[in-house]
Amino acid sequence: MEIQEKKNIYIGVQSVETRDIRDFFMEINSYKNILVFAEVGEDKVCDNSLELLGEANRLKNIRNNDSFVIAALVGHNVKKYAPTLFGYGADKVVAFDSPMLEVYRSDLYGEALAGIVRTYHPEIVLVGATALGSELAPTVAAKLRTGLAAHCTALKILENGQFTQVVPAFGGKVLGDIYIPNHRPQIASIKAGITKKLDYAPKDGVVEDFSCELKGFDRMKVTKVEKETETCKSLNEADCIVVGGFGIGSKEEWSKLEELASLLGGANGCTRPVLDAGWVSNEKAMIGTSGVAVRPKAYLGIGVSGAAHHTCGIKDSGLIISINKDENAPIFACSDYKVVADYKKIVPALIEEIKKRH
Amino acid sequence: MNIAVCVKPVPDSKYYDQIKIDPVTKTWDRSGIPTVISDLDKHALEAAISLKEKHGGKVAVFTMAPPTMKDTILQALGMGADEAYLISDRAFAGSDTLATSNILAAAIRKAGDFDLVVTGNESDDGSTAQVSAQLGEWLGMPHVMNVTRLESDGSTIAVTAKQDGGSIDYEIGLPAVIGVTRKVNKPRLVNIMGILKAKQKPFNVFTANDIEPDPNFVGLKGSPTQPGGIASPEMGRKSELIEGTPEEIAKRIVDELYKAGIK
Repeated sequence: MEIQEKKNIYIGVQSVETRDIRDFFMEINSYKNILVFAEVGEDKVCDNSLELLGEANRLKNIRNNDSFVIAALVGHNVKKYAPTLFGYGADKVVAFDSPMLEVYRSDLYGEALAGIVRTYHPEIVLVGATALGSELAPTVAAKLRTGLAAHCTALKILENGQFTQVVPAFGGKVLGDIYIPNHRPQIASIKAGITKKLDYAPKDGVVEDFSCELKGFDRMKVTKVEKETETCKSLNEADCIVVGGFGIGSKEEWSKLEELASLLGGANGCTRPVLDAGWVSNEKAMIGTSGVAVRPKAYLGIGVSGAAHHTCGIKDSGLIISINKDENAPIFACSDYKVVADYKKIVPALIEEIKKRH
Repeated sequence: MNIAVCVKPVPDSKYYDQIKIDPVTKTWDRSGIPTVISDLDKHALEAAISLKEKHGGKVAVFTMAPPTMKDTILQALGMGADEAYLISDRAFAGSDTLATSNILAAAIRKAGDFDLVVTGNESDDGSTAQVSAQLGEWLGMPHVMNVTRLESDGSTIAVTAKQDGGSIDYEIGLPAVIGVTRKVNKPRLVNIMGILKAKQKPFNVFTANDIEPDPNFVGLKGSPTQPGGIASPEMGRKSELIEGTPEEIAKRIVDELYKAGIK
């Protein structure tokens, strides 16, 4: 459904630094299509980006016009990832392939993605809220003088056609709707685990080469790139997540939770106080609005009180079971099953029970 | 080395679970919750103050807020910042991140030449993590977020920026804008002496007439993003109690996990 009312919009500002701003106006209806920034991680497209292709297809189907899903690949030797993007729902891939884009820099990547957006005029741009995406999205939004809703928990298209982004505030305690009525594109960043990727279905598609001038800062240099080796199963890949909250009481108790997760073939997650206390050092284990969002088949919360910051990141889990000795723990209200007991009595029994059945 | 630090007063995050939404007015109620410096902004202040201690110069605090937030800014001066700029005008109300960064950039330009602008990577309340990079764009300076390590020889900075699969180190000739994370340092505490001294330090107020932001992007009217309704997240589930001996409870939990497809 198209927006009937015609409004003036700002687009395509060439560069913020010159302050010689070329504002020009176009009709809102001339912006079409949904563009997904396809982030390339360690020799593959980030799962987060593939999920966004799924979400873009969902939005495209609601729009039900002739818009299509464009995936923007930015980097060096990245065209090889195009088949993956088509397979997960891209109708078209735009590739900006340049040795200058070998390593991420906000200036060059910002110019590259802004250049693609200026050329393709998408109505909506989706960017994964990774470390890279969370910096790139506001950079591009500022270059284009348009709006960005960060860390959206849901995207909607209202009956009148208005694209609506739902964002968390106050650590997830409040959810607010955001509209970008008069500026295009409408940019949203979304964390991994919030939206769903499509089933992989190989298909052909057109890869369009793109390039534009990359005005970077000569005084900025990359001096080192370090890759992390994954030591634990990623939370987004785990069917079952055993989560420890501050109620577990100490670092020493953590190994029991690890044993439990390993017996269940799952992974361990934690809440922010646990990470802040240093009981867990892996930042990627932290689930919540400032950590990762998860949607496992089963979530088992142990000593988790259920602050909004955390529950916001688990609401899409299949099954939620919580153990807490405080019968008033807020986590219980968002659990399918609750156990009001000292976890130190339950966890060993759980470990025994699972071993029995193996 | 002259350093600008952007500081945001926020409701104390320890109390966020007390924030309620009024079902009638659809506004949120934060009454009774104290205002503090957003957590990461203390790390930004610490980064700036320790660089100043090493290289000389000054640290200026920039806060866009209502005049009632003066006490929070004094905390920043109490930590060791040298002067404060409160940017306050009704015309700025309702600014989104693009407008906020536009206004902050204009205030920083007006206040003088700064070699480095430091912000917290994100604020406790909105957590959008957008203002730092957008400030860099408005100021036309190179910018890096997710900073976990910061060093400087006075004319360049060396930073490590955390990425999802590792990290990237950058060396940047100043001026530049950086957004820092918790990892970058441990903020010093404010003592009574600091607060007493803070009251003697220059405290400037900028209104809309004092600075020259891009007039198209100021306040609610100049904000591309417009707020709609707010709601509490819907997360209620059946909350069925499992009782019994630990063994019985364990058996039931494992049954449910198996039913959910966990083997």
